[in-house]
Amino acid sequence: MTSSTDILPANISLANISQANIPQAKALLYRWLQQQIPAERLAWLDNRLKQLAEKGAADRLLFTTFSSVPRYTTKADLSLTDADLREADSIRAGWLPNGWSLDQAGRTLLLLSLPDKAAESYQASIEKLFSAADVSEQIALYQSLPLLPHPHLFVARAAEGLRTSMTAVFNAIALNNPFPGDHFEQLAWNQMVLKAVFVESPLHLIQQLDRRANPELARMLSDYAHERWAAKREVTPELWRLIGPFLNDQFISDIERALNLPSKEQQLAAAIACAQSSLPAAQKLLSQHPAAKAEIADRQLDWDKFSQQYLAA
Amino acid sequence: MTQTNDVSAMTFIDPHIHMTARTTYDYMVLREYGVVAIIEPSFWMGQPRTSAGSFKDYFSSLVGWERFRAAQFGIRHYCTISLNPKEANNPEIADEVMDLLPMFACKEGVVAIGEIGYDEMTPAEDKYFGLQLELAKEVDKPVLVHTPHRNKKEGTSRSMDVCTEYGVDPAKVIIDHANEETAKEVLDRGFWAAFSIYPKTKMGNQRMVELVRQYGCDRIIVDSAADWGLSDPLAVPKTAQLMAEMGIPAEHIRKVCYENALSAYGQSGEMKETDWTNPPAVDQRQLYDGNSVLRGQQPVTDSKELASLLIE
Repeated sequence: MTSSTDILPANISLANISQANIPQAKALLYRWLQQQIPAERLAWLDNRLKQLAEKGAADRLLFTTFSSVPRYTTKADLSLTDADLREADSIRAGWLPNGWSLDQAGRTLLLLSLPDKAAESYQASIEKLFSAADVSEQIALYQSLPLLPHPHLFVARAAEGLRTSMTAVFNAIALNNPFPGDHFEQLAWNQMVLKAVFVESPLHLIQQLDRRANPELARMLSDYAHERWAAKREVTPELWRLIGPFLNDQFISDIERALNLPSKEQQLAAAIACAQSSLPAAQKLLSQHPAAKAEIADRQLDWDKFSQQYLAA
Repeated sequence: MTQTNDVSAMTFIDPHIHMTARTTYDYMVLREYGVVAIIEPSFWMGQPRTSAGSFKDYFSSLVGWERFRAAQFGIRHYCTISLNPKEANNPEIADEVMDLLPMFACKEGVVAIGEIGYDEMTPAEDKYFGLQLELAKEVDKPVLVHTPHRNKKEGTSRSMDVCTEYGVDPAKVIIDHANEETAKEVLDRGFWAAFSIYPKTKMGNQRMVELVRQYGCDRIIVDSAADWGLSDPLAVPKTAQLMAEMGIPAEHIRKVCYENALSAYGQSGEMKETDWTNPPAVDQRQLYDGNSVLRGQQPVTDSKELASLLIE
């Protein structure tokens, strides 16, 4: 028996999950901090990390150190070169620290410095930090998830984090983070994307967005569009990116509607969605917009170019 | 012709307001009236908690959700952490709450240990007041003292005695809910005197104007103490305006409605003027979402929208 929703990505299995090279990640984070923080402040962090690594995560030391990091590192932005970013990506595929600040790097280094041989006690320490985290700490913790050891132990935590009302915390999980794409099962993935639409976060910053697209999500997004239109509200043109690969008789009328909206973004996004589909009706719709069709054929217009041109923050 | 004393361009700090008990509409209006930063002291919730876990979630919300909610309206949210005097009388949970405090005392934006002090002046209140003064010294934070509503004069004097006994510097202690009967002693002994403009119970703002006329502006702080009761979240800007109309110099208004709170709580190292005039880029990206409110421009949401008949 097959089910139309049974389409977990074929190349993901629990035996082959993405995992950071932790010693390399620590060395890289440390090098970045060293470049931007005066030696005497870094000495504080060295000392605390040493204590934490030796004594294990005694509650008080762990909490006060984790909370105090910004006082010593400041919250200035990490200044990274393209080479830095390439190195990050080679240590953990999808690790994209170009929006990180020094305190976030320092906190991540701390998480990676705790004794981690015993998976459950490591998880318990991290969960304790989550349970009393302030808003900046929550952001740092969720951003760090793809680098942590024993990532499978934090999948439920990441899904729990998506239930937050703090958009900044939601974004720390959903955007520029390989963890959801690598680890979420379809229900959590679809809820994450749908919530990103609701809180108006840019979908193109979700990693593995196209690879994890699925017909169930396309249906949810189509329903969402209908609700919005009934309320005389607009929808993001990024919806069509996730509906395009699954165009059918039902979705084609949504695309047609988008093509006829006055907004250029809607028209172009709907045109790219048509190009993604082999449905004759989609090709016919696309033919009615020859300029867009030509741009797509010439590779002048695709989702990446669309995002860069029309959705860049 | 007296010089114009316009407060409409002034910015304010409300250093005592329980936003957890207030609506999002209040944040909007606060910002419209020039409030750029608020401090939310830990207190009770209108009825007793029955487990230490409730305290943990409360503290977490003060440093988490509430800070984020305020940020959405361009307001910087700070807080103080404590076992409050009323609930110090609950032996079932007091010690467990004391164990939680160090977890939260060093969080970003925690500007004091407080509200601590007395409610009924019981032996239990004495014990936890002392323990928390020790904690304040250990983590090097200012102290916010709640003075009792009943038997206030004695409670205020004794609170200051205890602070001195424990070797806490009066310059790091804010004595709150002061009034005409307690102001002189508080100021004479070198403590900060905070006045809560709270209808019918604590302090009225006309009386506040007279207090500033009498004592000047040094070490005097105006707050609203607004909570779930019949209180006014605009007490600070309204008092500033009344002071202006009644001829208090602008510089004095600025001191008691902004600067003194910043100086007193800034001693924590967790509250700086640049937090709202020029926040770190990462906060602008993540917490304020490029919010123009921070640069003194048009608020993101206009309370007039809420006053409109149409809901869209």
